[in-house]
Amino acid sequence: MQKYVQTDLTKIKLLTSHIFPQLLLILVMLIMVILLSVTSPFFLTWDNLRNIFDHSSLYIILALGMTFVISSGGIDLSVGAVAALSGVCMAAAMQGGLEAGLSILGGLIVGGLMGAANGSIISFLKINPFIVTLGVMSLSRGLALIITGGIPIYGFPRDFTWWGNGHIGPFNPPMLLAAFLTVLAAVVLNMSRFGYYTLALGGNEEALRRSGVSIHLYKIIVYILSGVAAALGGLVVTARLNTAEPLAGWMLEMDSIAAVVLGGTSMKGGKGSVAGTVTACLLLGMLRNGLVILSIPSYYQQLVIGIIILAAVIIAEVRSGKNLAFINK
Amino acid sequence: MSKCCTLGKNPFIRLRNIKKSFGHVVALDGVDLDVYPGEVTALVGDNGAGKSTLIKIISGVLYPDEGEISLNGKTYRHLTPPVAIELGISTVYQDLALVDCRDVASNIFLGREPLKARFFVDKKRMNRESEELLRKLKVSIPSVTTPVEFLSGGQRQGIAVARSINQQGKMIIFDEPTAAMGVGESARVLKLIRSLGDEGFAVLIISHNLHHVFSISDRICVLRNGRLVKDFRTENTNPDQVVGFITGSNQRTEEFRKGSTKA
Repeated sequence: MQKYVQTDLTKIKLLTSHIFPQLLLILVMLIMVILLSVTSPFFLTWDNLRNIFDHSSLYIILALGMTFVISSGGIDLSVGAVAALSGVCMAAAMQGGLEAGLSILGGLIVGGLMGAANGSIISFLKINPFIVTLGVMSLSRGLALIITGGIPIYGFPRDFTWWGNGHIGPFNPPMLLAAFLTVLAAVVLNMSRFGYYTLALGGNEEALRRSGVSIHLYKIIVYILSGVAAALGGLVVTARLNTAEPLAGWMLEMDSIAAVVLGGTSMKGGKGSVAGTVTACLLLGMLRNGLVILSIPSYYQQLVIGIIILAAVIIAEVRSGKNLAFINK
Repeated sequence: MSKCCTLGKNPFIRLRNIKKSFGHVVALDGVDLDVYPGEVTALVGDNGAGKSTLIKIISGVLYPDEGEISLNGKTYRHLTPPVAIELGISTVYQDLALVDCRDVASNIFLGREPLKARFFVDKKRMNRESEELLRKLKVSIPSVTTPVEFLSGGQRQGIAVARSINQQGKMIIFDEPTAAMGVGESARVLKLIRSLGDEGFAVLIISHNLHHVFSISDRICVLRNGRLVKDFRTENTNPDQVVGFITGSNQRTEEFRKGSTKA
């Protein structure tokens, strides 16, 4: 009798600890929406919301790739630099006379290759992902600077800039790309064999290996995904600005990691939430937008965003820690 | 070595002259071992006798330096984990190799998730078959959707066993299955292992606990300093005799001297 009661309690606690980070995010988001719409009449207009979605789409695209990497127990610091490198490659290809579609494809392949380099070195040589991706970050940034000679490339055909400023009904391509990738990522992570193995890699790599699964293959695919996501981010940035900047995407890796962790994906690996990542990206986008609307100086914006990320992560961590302690009793 | 009285039966796996060294440390020094279906074979020996090395070789995690492994009428120089699993050898490791943050069904089907539409993992089927399997093994858990980190040692052991059987294992190896387990839980796990033997699985178990070994095994093989020094039928021996072979006090002086210089 007593055993069953305990079981029920465990289940309830389990459920709340699982959903808690997302609930917290949505709560914070609601509070922000209310505060901002009370203080500014501009906030809750379609134009402004569209602005927020548009800006967040870049972060969402990169953070989705990062969700897979962090769920698998890794980290990818190279995404910002790979985004810049891919954008630069697309631009250089178009400058060389290649048509937009093929140039984009080429840029995505470059992103995938950088991801494959990350994954192969991490998996085969068993080197810490932090160090490997740090190296690839520097390498990609260097290549982007070499290809452009440090000077931005600008002026692209419309077929290309459409990816940044085009219109499809009330939406634009980056938003729809982000939405499409969100659904795809959620399905793949939660329902496909690859998603199961990604989470198992983060939970207990050795268990997966002993079950006869090739962990090298899946690890490399995870990093390739992140590289391609970064390249798609590069496409969006380059097309939006109509300029390929070798220094584009600066610190984008930090924003992605912050969003992923804020969304409830465990840095220890094994637990990943696509919905959480996207919610966190939108929350950060809303925050940046709100701080601008409230005309808070940009130096303070950095500070405020940092404090909010820290607070959210600490609260979520303390909460889940308490839950675990409770269950173990 | 006494030839066993499992006449008329073919061994599931036959190891011959298995040798393995790590640097200058000789872990296995020419081991012969047969494991029969429908029997629980216990591998006993002191720390460093080579038990773990031997089961790692059987499960393909380590490659022997010398020797042969015969299985299904074929002879192999070494196995790899996927090949071993394919041949029906499943290992329940001491650390159980469970993915703690994933649920019970995902762990039982780890590496062989059923698919529908060639892409989606068939979660419903996984849950259903996991429940069936656990019921058959008499392992009680709150739900197959509970993450295994919230389960007790015995329940986790049950899940690791269920996974081995689900891998179509015909031979199941246990590495210290009752280590760090309470009395009641140990008893349940031992019963489970015994029942696997009765159902026709070839079971190989490593244990330090002679009481447990005597309560469930059909055969006891003693390893000492990398050699299989004795192969008993359980009913023909007693704990004192086995301890004698484990420590080497029953050995002839010559062999004893050899052993001690090596150690």
